Amino acid sequence: MIEQLAQQAMAVPGEAWTTKELFVLPNEYIYWSIQIVMYPFMTGLVAGAFVLSSLYHVFGVQRLRDIARFSLVFSFALLPVAMMPLLLHLQQPLRGINVLMTPHFTSAISAFGIVFLTYGSIVASELWFVYRRHFVLTVRELAARKERSGFAGFRLLFFKILTLGAMDISPAALDKDHQACKIMAAIGIPVACFLHGYAGFIFGSVKANALWMTPLMPVIFICSAIVSGIALCILSYVVIQAIRRLRARREMTARPAGAGGAPAVEGLQEATRQEVMLVSNYLLYFMIAAISLEILDLIFRGYTQVKSWDILRQVIMERDFTKIFILQYGIGNLLPFVMMILPGRTVRRTAAASCLVLFGVFMMRWNVVIGGQAFSLSFAGFMDYHLPIIPHNIETFKEGLFGALLVIITPFVLFYFINKIMPAFLKEEAH
Amino acid sequence: MNRRDFLKGTIVVIAGAAVPLSSLEFFDPCEVLAVNPGIHWAFLVDTYKCVGCGFCVKACKLENDVPLEAKVTRTWVERYVYTRDGHQYVDSPDGALQGFPEPRIDMGLGEFKEIEPDNVGKAFFVPKLCNHCDTPPCTQVCPVGATYKNDEGVVLVDRSWCIGCGYCIMACPYGARYFHPVYKVADKCTLCYHRITKGLPPACVEACPFGARKICNIQDSNDPVTRLILSERVGILKEEFGTRPQAFYIGLTAEVR
Repeated sequence: MIEQLAQQAMAVPGEAWTTKELFVLPNEYIYWSIQIVMYPFMTGLVAGAFVLSSLYHVFGVQRLRDIARFSLVFSFALLPVAMMPLLLHLQQPLRGINVLMTPHFTSAISAFGIVFLTYGSIVASELWFVYRRHFVLTVRELAARKERSGFAGFRLLFFKILTLGAMDISPAALDKDHQACKIMAAIGIPVACFLHGYAGFIFGSVKANALWMTPLMPVIFICSAIVSGIALCILSYVVIQAIRRLRARREMTARPAGAGGAPAVEGLQEATRQEVMLVSNYLLYFMIAAISLEILDLIFRGYTQVKSWDILRQVIMERDFTKIFILQYGIGNLLPFVMMILPGRTVRRTAAASCLVLFGVFMMRWNVVIGGQAFSLSFAGFMDYHLPIIPHNIETFKEGLFGALLVIITPFVLFYFINKIMPAFLKEEAH
Repeated sequence: MNRRDFLKGTIVVIAGAAVPLSSLEFFDPCEVLAVNPGIHWAFLVDTYKCVGCGFCVKACKLENDVPLEAKVTRTWVERYVYTRDGHQYVDSPDGALQGFPEPRIDMGLGEFKEIEPDNVGKAFFVPKLCNHCDTPPCTQVCPVGATYKNDEGVVLVDRSWCIGCGYCIMACPYGARYFHPVYKVADKCTLCYHRITKGLPPACVEACPFGARKICNIQDSNDPVTRLILSERVGILKEEFGTRPQAFYIGLTAEVR
């Protein structure tokens, strides 16, 4: 018993979820597990959501106005979550700040702080320009009230700070805001791509790993990031619009006919349909790009047959066949692709397809991160990853199912609060 | 002092100073270093001498505060068995902490492979450790610079600065790194830096009863081990990664990776 306890206390990080088969070097474990799968997945969503919002701001696709604003706010909610898996993964989370304080610039990870903060400030300032009018109007409305509750007083102060003293909302000033927005979004696209492209570089530049090392990795990551970001935006947008429709209908039945306030149900439905149809076309284009690159990489490896191909073939074609060809390419790519190109596409079918696309991109991250560690550096053995489900210590919580769920839930919780300050579905004229 | 006296005096001082200064030579630091070699540690493994007793592994763990029961190790020994019917088996149970007490091969997942003694074509042992590469990929990828190669060619980890991201573990093509189960930071062979700087051999070198493991200053051509590296046919591991390992092996075959 004591020996068993001692054994547990001496457990090496990674030992809990790794099984080894044939000859694996003694120090090899699956050190990068579910949280490192979540990291590129979440940054991908951030980058993709931002690119979607930029389609309206930069390229002026007017029909995307509502979904663009929504995806910008959502991208902001996702932003802190891109960092979360990294912190949960670190063995020394309290030292995580060292990456910002003492970056070692030959490392791809050291760029994280700079790129992440640059990107964060771009999204924040773009949001500020979009919502400045709303902030000023809220301040005016609150200030005009004769009697204010404590909470309203706090809100007044909070929104006053948010305006940063810029209270001018004349058409000329708003026009300037719009210009600034456009510039921010234009700078934001390359930065968003860089944020995610460099996540791909983190993997692609590891020369010790035969599966990861390819210069295509950053490009593959960017394409699949945009795919996943757009898919999540479609899905959330459809769900949230459905909830709003439901509320509107309830209010309509509760109130006498003709009373204003609630958005018209039919109008909402049609607007949503148009936007979703347009966005799903973009989703298809990026999916084609992402899949082509991934298949190209696979074919190239099979054709050149370098030293590592023997073991990679065994991993890709045999051990991980289900995960790669059935779950990722079949259910995650092919099925939604067919669902979207078949005639008579509906919002509901597109939403279901988006859901599958999200799953497909998640499986792609999984197959890259975990699959890359599924074989030994000796090329003579294999490792299997067993996701810890019931946590029995802090490590199996952080790097287990519940840690991953925590990361997935957080952006929605953040969105709820950010939406209170910057309503994603604000009715106002084009800015 | 008028101008003429000033110029006269200046010329005298310059001429006078030029004589002693001309006796000084301007040295090129590289030349100086070549004449008085610095220290650059290198390791030599003679695989012909290794019998797989595992004393090196045990000595290393005891010396360097790596728990014996932890399933990671700074150095380990691999056993290669080639059968006459054309199969090749490799194993390293617990990194050979207890040596190889059983003749059967550990196939992982609790399975073992019995090999008939008559069927063994050739078999040998290969001790492994950090190669202390000249261009280490592990130090390149550390996001905070907690791991570094020092002036003496030893790759070290600063335990007080490592954030535990595991990028260096991923970047090492040799599997020499792991997370320390107690300190929760990246850990690896230091060539027993605390010993070699005091003139003592590393623990594994001292524990090896057959002299299969040796350490030397590769810049000192009078060092007998350096002479061995320079005169024998030595190999390095995974040279295709361009890491320029400083651990040299006598008696490598293509299958050892």
